[in-house]
Amino acid sequence: MTLKEAVTTFIKDGSHIAIGGFVCTRNPMAIAYEIIRQRKKNLHIYVHSHGQALDLLIGAGCVRRLELAYAGMGRFASTCVRFRKAVQNGDIEWEDYTNYEMTLRFFAGSLGIPFMATKTSLGSDILVKEGFRPETRKEYKVASKKLTIMNNPFSDEDEKIVLVPAINPDVALIHAQYVSEEGTVRIEGLSLTDVEIAKCADKLVITCEEIVPESYLRQNPDMNCLPHFLVDAIVAVPYGAHPTSCFNFYDYDAKHLNMYRKIAENDRNFTEYLDEWVYGISSHEEYLAKVGIGRLLQIKANPAFGFRPGLERG
Amino acid sequence: MALDPVWRGDEREMLEYNPREIMAITAGRMVKNGDVIFCGTGLAQIAATVAKKMYAPESIIFFETGGIDAELPELPLSVSDLRIMYRTSVNAGLLESFSILSHRKVHSKAFLGAAQIDRFGNLNSTCMGDYWHPSVRFSGSGGACDAACLAAEVIIFMEHEKRRFVNKVDYLTSPGWLSGADAREKAGLHRGGPTAVVTNLGVMRFDEKTKEMYLSEYHSGVTPRQIQDTTGFEVDISRAVRSKPITEEELRVLREDVDPQKLII
Repeated sequence: MTLKEAVTTFIKDGSHIAIGGFVCTRNPMAIAYEIIRQRKKNLHIYVHSHGQALDLLIGAGCVRRLELAYAGMGRFASTCVRFRKAVQNGDIEWEDYTNYEMTLRFFAGSLGIPFMATKTSLGSDILVKEGFRPETRKEYKVASKKLTIMNNPFSDEDEKIVLVPAINPDVALIHAQYVSEEGTVRIEGLSLTDVEIAKCADKLVITCEEIVPESYLRQNPDMNCLPHFLVDAIVAVPYGAHPTSCFNFYDYDAKHLNMYRKIAENDRNFTEYLDEWVYGISSHEEYLAKVGIGRLLQIKANPAFGFRPGLERG
Repeated sequence: MALDPVWRGDEREMLEYNPREIMAITAGRMVKNGDVIFCGTGLAQIAATVAKKMYAPESIIFFETGGIDAELPELPLSVSDLRIMYRTSVNAGLLESFSILSHRKVHSKAFLGAAQIDRFGNLNSTCMGDYWHPSVRFSGSGGACDAACLAAEVIIFMEHEKRRFVNKVDYLTSPGWLSGADAREKAGLHRGGPTAVVTNLGVMRFDEKTKEMYLSEYHSGVTPRQIQDTTGFEVDISRAVRSKPITEEELRVLREDVDPQKLII
């Protein structure tokens, strides 16, 4: 499937989308760019900790609501810039959880149960401050409350437990290293929460560095993380997580991310960035040509390390 | 630059370092062999690496994203940096990582930073002002609240400024001792809590009974009174002692081995 077809087929205005990856690694950037190009609106996004793809979707005006634990890019941006502006301007609705809670919520969704229990967030404002308005709570796929506390039902002693609601979005977007022609998925490096995110959604779209024969992935099935029949669409997009990283394939593009942080601070510069890097580009191949072979080689992973040692990162 | 007199031969010379360097070294000294460190990036990463190289080679660094006991040939710039996935004991995911953070067999020690802290060590990394109409929005909890709730111990980094040490945090992202005394236990958190706040001016700790912050150590070139004046609430300074000076060797390891590219320091 092409990027265009994947977005046209699986993402509508108002879709609920869970996005895989984490902060500055394996953000499904190529498909995020395509969502922006197709000018999707009113998306409801679920992430634990996310960075570049989330920030662009918010900045481009595609997002109406967000459930998150963290929006930042580590040293490249301690808080995602367009996210920060959107919250401060009241342009989006947001609901804060913790990473552990979001992980458990995806996990509950993947198991088909309505909630999961944890002791995290006891005593915090995450427990007592609801971000969503009461009328939002009545909307499609939105939990009737943020979370709730109960006592351990298996003990007579006083033991508090927090219950967090499952997430079952319309679509999950994951960027992996390898997918077979039939759909078996292999993620290298950290799998993060991508397996749970992939399984909690109604539809699963995987973008990948390489499509390979099913027989190739079956030589080492221990390394595979999702069976082929769960995958609804496969799109091959080499360097599809750029400017974020992809273990064994390429490092983050530190120069691009540093440039982006400065540009994102200014509304006009950010609009120009979108024109230049997203709207003005018609295909992923054109995007890679714009990044340039020199830069792609600079960040290319050294196979002995899985990243690019000595990469200029300042 | 702070100045710290050290003995070099017979000559008394001044050793220069910046606030981040003294914070990293002070926190690094708090790590013990056997500690399993829940590590963020930035200063936390530097402190953990200093510790592993100098004081606690048997300590273990892990990241919430699932990189467990990474070799870290280069400094990672986020907890999802590819450098934390290289030659680990286990490359896993967040669920596995949180099971280690909260494991009863593990002395998990978390290093956390924040925008604001109150006198009971509660932290804010979510926003300034009202939650629904914030004047400044930050990244949000990420795994910070999880570590604050579930780790066996928490060590906090803060730049010592009045606007950061506040009477009440604007948003309580990560629980410390809540309202003090046994409030944390009553809220349902049965272990953990912050034991130290490492700042560029000294080290604050928490009273055993009241759980209120007090000044435990002050760095050279700083007086306890100055620290009180830089803190937005009343602090007991009567128990304060001068901190152990930084050594040349500590600075050398930090600058040459831990952060040679000067990415954080």
